Amino acid sequence: MADGEKLLELAAAWLDEGISVALATVIETWGSSPCPPGSHLVVNAQGEFRGSVSGGCIEGAVVAEAARVLAGGEPARLSFGVSDEMAWEVGLACGGEVEIYLEPLT
Amino acid sequence: MKRTLLKQIVRDRQNKQPVALVTQLDGGAQWLVYPEGSDASAGSQGKKNDDATGLPALLIPEARRSLEADGCRRLDAEGCAYFIQSFNPPLRMLIVGAVHIAQFLAPMAELVGFEVIVVEPREAFAQEGRFPGIQLRRGWPGPVLAELELDARSAVVILSHDPKIDDPALAAALGSSAFYIGALGSTKNHRGRLERLAAMGFDASACARVHGPVGLPIGSRSPAEIAVSIVAQAIQARRGQPE
Repeated sequence: MADGEKLLELAAAWLDEGISVALATVIETWGSSPCPPGSHLVVNAQGEFRGSVSGGCIEGAVVAEAARVLAGGEPARLSFGVSDEMAWEVGLACGGEVEIYLEPLT
Repeated sequence: MKRTLLKQIVRDRQNKQPVALVTQLDGGAQWLVYPEGSDASAGSQGKKNDDATGLPALLIPEARRSLEADGCRRLDAEGCAYFIQSFNPPLRMLIVGAVHIAQFLAPMAELVGFEVIVVEPREAFAQEGRFPGIQLRRGWPGPVLAELELDARSAVVILSHDPKIDDPALAAALGSSAFYIGALGSTKNHRGRLERLAAMGFDASACARVHGPVGLPIGSRSPAEIAVSIVAQAIQARRGQPE
């Protein structure tokens, strides 16, 4: 039932337009999380994004991190949780933890 | 992810070809694994991006299991962390009867991710203008559902309220492994329907597969509210939560 949004198709279309794209994938969750493993967020070099990796708490941080990954060209693993100070700053207040794999599409 | 790999996944999705993506989380290496016996089994042919070199052998059956379970999982193999992501074709919802409720149900089910097909033999109801952007099949449910090859990834929602349309649709659904079967009608109508199904030779366990009155009991009144209750019940059937 997932992915009625066709995010990979959108990523491919952005690439075809010559815009660089990063793909974020939820690879693990603990506790409460509205986005199960496999959930995607795609973000392009212009900062446009679609999809979701949380209930909206950490998308901003992931989009910011994507710029770094696009510049560096290497995948990164990001963890967000209640014990994580940065996550508090970006507002992951749901009590869950989430790990994300963020990769540039090359 | 390499662009060629992304394009291959997009192509597979267009072709409704199930495919699993295996990512090595430390090194970033990625592989595609196909179901056993499919034309594109991992490593079986020279198709681009379909090379199993470097992929720990045990991950191929693991990836196939994930595809069957329609799931994603993380696991360790040979000292490295991997993530398996399944890409299966969408679940289908076949709606029999292009009635008013169907006009609300079809777009809602599409939003949830179903591929929706409306089946309707009556010309008066089977009008594209009533179902913009939705696949509409004119014809009797018996032959149309047979042609659509109902499977365990299919939901069948029967809304025509007319036994000569509903009953062949029910027979086709019960003869398949459809994961959800719902039929519109009051409790009294449903009893009559079960009697007709019994007369057609369906036993009690077959009849028990039919959700009727259709939808979760949330006090729905309007066609849109009934559509919400039907989508919710189909999700419940899929996710295996107890009623």
